[in-house]
Amino acid sequence: MSVNITLLVVMAALFAAGIYLLLERSLTRVLLGLILLANGANILLLSTGGFAGLAPLYDADIAPEEYNDPLPQALILTSIVISFAVTAFMLGIIYRSWILGRQDEVQDDIEDRRVAGQGSFDAEDDADVPIETTEFTPVEEAEEAPGSQRPGLAQDTKESR
Amino acid sequence: MNISNLAPLAVVLPFLGAAIAFVLIRHSRSQRAVSISTLSLTLLVELFLLFNAAGHGTTAVFIGGWPAPFGITMVVDQFSALMLVVSSAVSLAVLIYATGQGMADGDEDGPISIFHPTYLILVAGVSNAFLSGDLFNLYVGFEILLTASYVLMTLGGTSPRIRAGVTYVVVSVVSSLLFLIAIAMIYAATGTINMADLSLKLAEIDPATQLMLHLMLLVAFGIKAAVFPLSFWLPDSYPTAPAPVTAVFAGLLTKVGVYAMVRTETLLFPGDRINTLLMIVALLTMIVGILGALAQSDIKRMLSFTLVSHIGFMVFGLAISTVIGLGAAVYYVAHHIIVQTSLFLVTGLIERRGGTANMDRLGGLAKLSPILGVLFFIPAMNLAGIPPFSGFLGKLGLLQAGVELGTPVAYLLVGASVLTSLITLLTIARVWNRAFWRRPEDATHPDPILMASKEDGTAVRTSRHVISRSSGRFAGRAAVNLLPRTMVGPTIGLVAMGVSLTLLAGPLFSLSDQAAQEMLERTPYIDAVLGEGTAP
Repeated sequence: MSVNITLLVVMAALFAAGIYLLLERSLTRVLLGLILLANGANILLLSTGGFAGLAPLYDADIAPEEYNDPLPQALILTSIVISFAVTAFMLGIIYRSWILGRQDEVQDDIEDRRVAGQGSFDAEDDADVPIETTEFTPVEEAEEAPGSQRPGLAQDTKESR
Repeated sequence: MNISNLAPLAVVLPFLGAAIAFVLIRHSRSQRAVSISTLSLTLLVELFLLFNAAGHGTTAVFIGGWPAPFGITMVVDQFSALMLVVSSAVSLAVLIYATGQGMADGDEDGPISIFHPTYLILVAGVSNAFLSGDLFNLYVGFEILLTASYVLMTLGGTSPRIRAGVTYVVVSVVSSLLFLIAIAMIYAATGTINMADLSLKLAEIDPATQLMLHLMLLVAFGIKAAVFPLSFWLPDSYPTAPAPVTAVFAGLLTKVGVYAMVRTETLLFPGDRINTLLMIVALLTMIVGILGALAQSDIKRMLSFTLVSHIGFMVFGLAISTVIGLGAAVYYVAHHIIVQTSLFLVTGLIERRGGTANMDRLGGLAKLSPILGVLFFIPAMNLAGIPPFSGFLGKLGLLQAGVELGTPVAYLLVGASVLTSLITLLTIARVWNRAFWRRPEDATHPDPILMASKEDGTAVRTSRHVISRSSGRFAGRAAVNLLPRTMVGPTIGLVAMGVSLTLLAGPLFSLSDQAAQEMLERTPYIDAVLGEGTAP
């Protein structure tokens, strides 16, 4: 079986350009990259069908080897429809992103930045809890502060933030 | 007439329901009725399929009467039937929850009416992926569910959702392209895409080519299943979606990836060539995922990280590839779908009651709403694997299989599993301490509703009492019920289902062991698709 060099070269170019564009930060370029990659994959599917033969319409006089393999073409048709839908949706998202933020770039995740920036000390988890060593509270102290069962803890956490 | 011929209904019914729901887009009441009844009917059909598969083994349906390997085949074995039933039951509960939320907030129309048709299409895609007997149909199933999930993920089109949606869409499209390229290469190498046929023909080609095809498929499925080096996108994108959507994504979408990995490993590429690699991946997924969970203060993000981490347990079971290990993994998948979904639903309720899912700003929920405490506590303990619950049984099965295997890597993984369970318990204890046990006054910037109480000192149940104080959240609306029955009901149902996994552990484990046995033997699957006696 011979290999169609043109198809291979086109496919390689599509994949290379697609991957390059995919790594950009601009959303329209990412979309273009995805479109190129999808087309590269379609050409790969096409080339799996072997040589270009006759249209696969059954005729008793034609030997089976003469026909083209129809299955990859059916697969390509499906995958074109799917990538069409995804492209349309991506365009919608990009437009929405432009309307909302006037930008066409991949945004940072704010919560990610916040988690990355937080210190390893967590006031609530790691603070020293005052340990009660005596079993009985002296009578005078209890009278001085009725109702405050957890002295200072609530204020401490608030102040440290 | 065999009952398994009903299998295509699991895909067709949700599609029909979606079409009808789309036509009824202006009539939200009938739309709700259509989608809920469609899903209930689908669940009923799938229960029949499960009982049939448990009794009579693997069966195949040839769509349009074209015999395999030429036509499209749908295969029902115990594993796919179990997955179908669990996924439909979970999606039904989430649908009722979402409908309840919509009714409580009074969204009679508006862009949310697109939710029902899209949701049904998502369910159809998931069913199609579980049933599919050839690789390209599996790809189509993935695409159906992914396209529906893009829409659900960006529902409402707010800025954070668009940001998360972009990451999600690009990553998913790239993984689908990898899958498509792998299919093209497999077709070029073997000349077939029917999975049963492939399982015979792949064994005949050059081992190096085999390994390449194998790894390409695993990378494509690994992105979808969020296995460690490929899991970065998940905690980034899931938490921003609406609560019911996150719940159903967390429950189902990653498990479809795990399902596809199981099929690849058992049917297409049997043998233990890359089992060590899979074990190391499982180890890293568990540890890195759970350490990520420890750093989060947002409950939804924390749960997304535990989701990634617990995918590691399923990959562990798959990598052991003995009947007991694979059986435990099957049981664990079913357990994890239910538990993770119910945790996200409860988090949606917490967010509604306390105004935020950030545990630094929550407090006192155990007193304000004891039912919420119970609903969170049970699935949380279940996730961590505390004895009476199903998480413990699944992990016990995995540990047993790991020890039985006895290699150093397996022992390492047994240790990592125990460690991961302990850290899961720790992260959950943090949520519990902050959101449920401490007083609301101790929280930083608590929501006004959290602090509000009626004149007699009891907790408020509707937003009416605080409408003047809460700026924004319920502003401009009449009294909104904070915990409507239609949302609490399905959550209770799911939590009860999680508990019932313990009660039904005997039959379920025998079913999953039987499923694992048949998957490892491969002959029942191949015989069902290609006819008796074709398997070597």
